[in-house]
Amino acid sequence: MLGEGILKGLGETAKNFAASFVSKDRLTTIQYPEERAPVIENTRDFPFLVYDGEDKMAGLRCVACQICEKECPPKCIYIVKSTDKKPDYVGKPQIYPARFDIDISVCMSCQICVEVCPFEAIKMDTEFELSTTDRFGGLLYDRDQLARSNQHYHKIHPTEAAEVDARLAEEKAKSEAKAKAAAEAAALKAAAAAAAPKPTPAPAPAPVSVKEPTA
Amino acid sequence: MSLPSQLDQVFVLLQHWVAGLFPVWLQPFVATVLAVVGIVASFPAIFAVTTVLERKGLGRIQNRLGPNRVGPLGILQPVADGIKSLTKEDIVPFTADGLVHFLAPVVLVVAVFLGFAVLPIGRNMVLANMDAGLLFFFAIGASTELSVFMAGWSSRNKYSLLGAMRAVAQMISYEVPLLLSATVIVMMTGSLSTVKIVEAQGGFTGFLPHWYVFTPWGFAGFVLFVIAALAETNRSPFDLPEGESELVAGYFTEYSGFKFALFFLGEYLGMFSIAGFAITLFLGGWGAPFSFLGFVPSWGWFFLKLLGAIALFIWLRGTLPRLRQDQLMNFAWKFMLPMTLLNLVVAGAWRFMGEGPFGGVTRWLVCSAVLLAAYVLLGRVLMRHQKLGPRSYRYAE
Repeated sequence: MLGEGILKGLGETAKNFAASFVSKDRLTTIQYPEERAPVIENTRDFPFLVYDGEDKMAGLRCVACQICEKECPPKCIYIVKSTDKKPDYVGKPQIYPARFDIDISVCMSCQICVEVCPFEAIKMDTEFELSTTDRFGGLLYDRDQLARSNQHYHKIHPTEAAEVDARLAEEKAKSEAKAKAAAEAAALKAAAAAAAPKPTPAPAPAPVSVKEPTA
Repeated sequence: MSLPSQLDQVFVLLQHWVAGLFPVWLQPFVATVLAVVGIVASFPAIFAVTTVLERKGLGRIQNRLGPNRVGPLGILQPVADGIKSLTKEDIVPFTADGLVHFLAPVVLVVAVFLGFAVLPIGRNMVLANMDAGLLFFFAIGASTELSVFMAGWSSRNKYSLLGAMRAVAQMISYEVPLLLSATVIVMMTGSLSTVKIVEAQGGFTGFLPHWYVFTPWGFAGFVLFVIAALAETNRSPFDLPEGESELVAGYFTEYSGFKFALFFLGEYLGMFSIAGFAITLFLGGWGAPFSFLGFVPSWGWFFLKLLGAIALFIWLRGTLPRLRQDQLMNFAWKFMLPMTLLNLVVAGAWRFMGEGPFGGVTRWLVCSAVLLAAYVLLGRVLMRHQKLGPRSYRYAE
């Protein structure tokens, strides 16, 4: 009959109205500033720069290769390369970013910078309470503001960070082994050269030149 | 005077006392101004309370808490809303017709306030006891369409204009059943005066009141009147003129700040006045619902009933989805109009059967049966061609 559905619907909403006073389970809203929903692991919003160790600037993984700057679709990354070099995690001297700015008012959280970074240096943060009274300067983050420790990365994305750490450790071990092998080969060669009567000049030691690993 | 009747007449006595302080030739003027001030102060206050009640009620219906930040339990929310709307920038579109754009909200609020002039709020509490009070109310109520169209037209905005067109089409369509469902009362009372209509419902049988809603034609009239009133005030499920999912905000899309607040106020005041008329016409006005509750002041009963009506409107808003334009028009012309016309006939039959040998239970049965049969039949016919179920799209996929 006409109107039956309306009465049924009215009954349903009346039930909701009355029951919401009785059962707390019905109220699904989280009262935000006081309560917080747990952040899920895949949350992401804006990028940050990972550093190892204690010193922000010394441990920065970024080598200022500018791939992210070029790939960034809204062009919110600005990098100035350094003129000097500092050792990276393997110990190889690398250029580092003298300036690394991200305008988070432009960033669209696409994560492309993270995907293209060959050095695991840029990752996505989960911090979302970023409101500021200065909409220009306040939303332009520099190197210092962007740097976050590896421990922070482990805290917000544990699985991903563990994978990254394993990969980096593997690479480091590989490069150490390679360096060791090269050193051994060079030593052997040198020994052979020393033993041999031919007066050939000693070849330059293998392409990987740095042998002393500094972690 | 005894205490209950003193309490009943407290506002009237106050008005007389204040007016008595003035010279005699000024007294009628002062008394009127006082009554106007009372209306202009009390109904916007109810509006403020209603906004927070509505938001909290809708929240509860959707299993939310509703506003709970401003003041204890969020009851100071209207204050925050008021400050917000007063301090907001008032933007007038560059190509808008400035004068009409400015006048539209004023016209709406003035017209709506005029409607309260003939509303009996309590015993001896009516601003203007006109002989044709009902007619006055409907005439004034119809002029709100003017302001709606002024707003839509002067904004120079497609959404505004579409909203205004919809509003005018809807209001004119529903004006007909609204008037016809109220005509029944005029037929039975023999008067257009709102005060006389309330007085006619004042008696009691045992402890039950003689409200018109407790008769078959009165009940049908009440339901039809409430439906038409919902449409007339653009309330959900008839909120097409301002359907936010389709038209941003309808005819007041281009209004901001205080003018927007005026539209909002006008809309709610319109709802109160029409709910007040539903109470006056069908629910015994300021009369007590039981004979033994006569000691409660009459204005108390009126405002209690008004709160009940508001709660019903909020409940309906929380329940029903918005109609489509064609459903709206079909409903007005194919269901509401035949039912109201039939109701007129039934009311006439009721009147004359009461004098003949078929009074009492027989006329109850006959009138109820006729109305119920018509309702079921019309419903069947209307639903016959309804294809309910998922919509199929032929071209868009």
